Amino acid sequence: MFSNFDFGVIVRALPYLFYEGMTFTLMLTGLAALGGLVFGTAIALMRLSGYKTLGRIAGFYVDFMRSLPLVLVIFWFYFLVPYIGQWVTGASRPISVGAFASSLITFIMFEAAYFSEIMRAGIQSISRGQPAAANALGLTYAQTMRYVVLPQAFRNMLPVLITQTIVLFQDTSLVYVLSITDFLGAASKIAQRDGRLVEMYLFAAVVYFTISCIASFGVRRLQARIAIIR
Amino acid sequence: MIEISHVNKWYSPTFQVLTDCTTSVTKGEVVVVCGPSGSGKSTLIKCVNALEPFQSGDISVDGTKVNDPKTNLPKLRSRVGMVFQHFELFPHLKIIDNLCLAQQKVLGRSSDKAVAKGMQLLDRVGLQEQAQKFPAQLSGGQQQRVAIARALAMDPIVMLFDEPTSALDPEMVSEVLDVMVDLAHEGMTMMVVTHEMGFARKVANRVIFMDRGEIVEDAPKEDFFGKPRSDRAQKFLSKILSH
Repeated sequence: MFSNFDFGVIVRALPYLFYEGMTFTLMLTGLAALGGLVFGTAIALMRLSGYKTLGRIAGFYVDFMRSLPLVLVIFWFYFLVPYIGQWVTGASRPISVGAFASSLITFIMFEAAYFSEIMRAGIQSISRGQPAAANALGLTYAQTMRYVVLPQAFRNMLPVLITQTIVLFQDTSLVYVLSITDFLGAASKIAQRDGRLVEMYLFAAVVYFTISCIASFGVRRLQARIAIIR
Repeated sequence: MIEISHVNKWYSPTFQVLTDCTTSVTKGEVVVVCGPSGSGKSTLIKCVNALEPFQSGDISVDGTKVNDPKTNLPKLRSRVGMVFQHFELFPHLKIIDNLCLAQQKVLGRSSDKAVAKGMQLLDRVGLQEQAQKFPAQLSGGQQQRVAIARALAMDPIVMLFDEPTSALDPEMVSEVLDVMVDLAHEGMTMMVVTHEMGFARKVANRVIFMDRGEIVEDAPKEDFFGKPRSDRAQKFLSKILSH
């Protein structure tokens, strides 16, 4: 079956695939996860705050983002952002944002919705006595969150956060709709150029599978190490 | 030191948890609050440092009104030590860090000073060797002693205890009570919600008996144990002292 396969294509394309493609994929994954975590935590705090309006806005945002297919958001955002930028800055023509920035913003917004739900569950998993004890010691709301509640919530939720990041790592391949050279995009370009579709897509699948598998394994190891002793 | 006057708290018009509670704790006094479960004693003590809001009435601590929106609550709370039923140590921090966190972040003490103060208080409750452990590695009694030390590290002007021994195994109750008795003998102002009548007999100046959200009896210790005036207090005492 493999007799007429040319695996040399892969070997020759390796530098391009990894230097160009994988660098982009990992950078997008890392930055989007970081941004998503920061904004997601903020959204979670908004939802859990006593202020109803704030909570509703956050709740609407989360529901809205989760009701849309990611590809559609990426696509729309890429074409909309220049016009939004034009409208905000009052420029005379659409502002060019660039594929990386556009996809990064999209992923941060999208992941924030998912991360916020994870962080919300994490914060709610902390018993009410903990913030009460922190308040009783004179810590302000912000200090209570920063030093007592969020570190515990984050630790409780770290496995789920990383698992979501692994999903994000795979989802970043959707930027191919913007013809961006991420890992899959790079593989696809080589495949088309050399007419070696099967080999390249097979190889891409193996790489995604291997990285995700190793990461999942790492999560389990990490979980055992950082868990709070109770 | 603590002035509680005509405090009312309700969750809904039909569910009143505190009804017209008035009492006070003077400097150096030890006041024990007792009563059947659900009588509102924990709620009352949590109102003192505004962990629980209330709808009407006034509470002031050292002249500062707790229910005044202009009061800097974190600042007030930093001067009022509180010990909880379930200890509430921070499980992600080592024992010594549990003692240092608020000293550094609230009082702005340097790390060296906070650690020195923390170690001194751990020594006082007999737990200096446990400083580098995590809360879950300690027994319940040890955790509660750490919680007392954590509150004392803030140099409080008054200490509130919310059923400090109710969640403990029987053999650990005395090690916690011993610390509290010492504290009382040193002249600390204390308000203690507890069922430990032995503790009340030993160090309390006054005993407050609550039932269904009301302060039914508020009397010097001798009067309370000698001849409680109300039926309800008599019944309660006969139930818990008969064993």
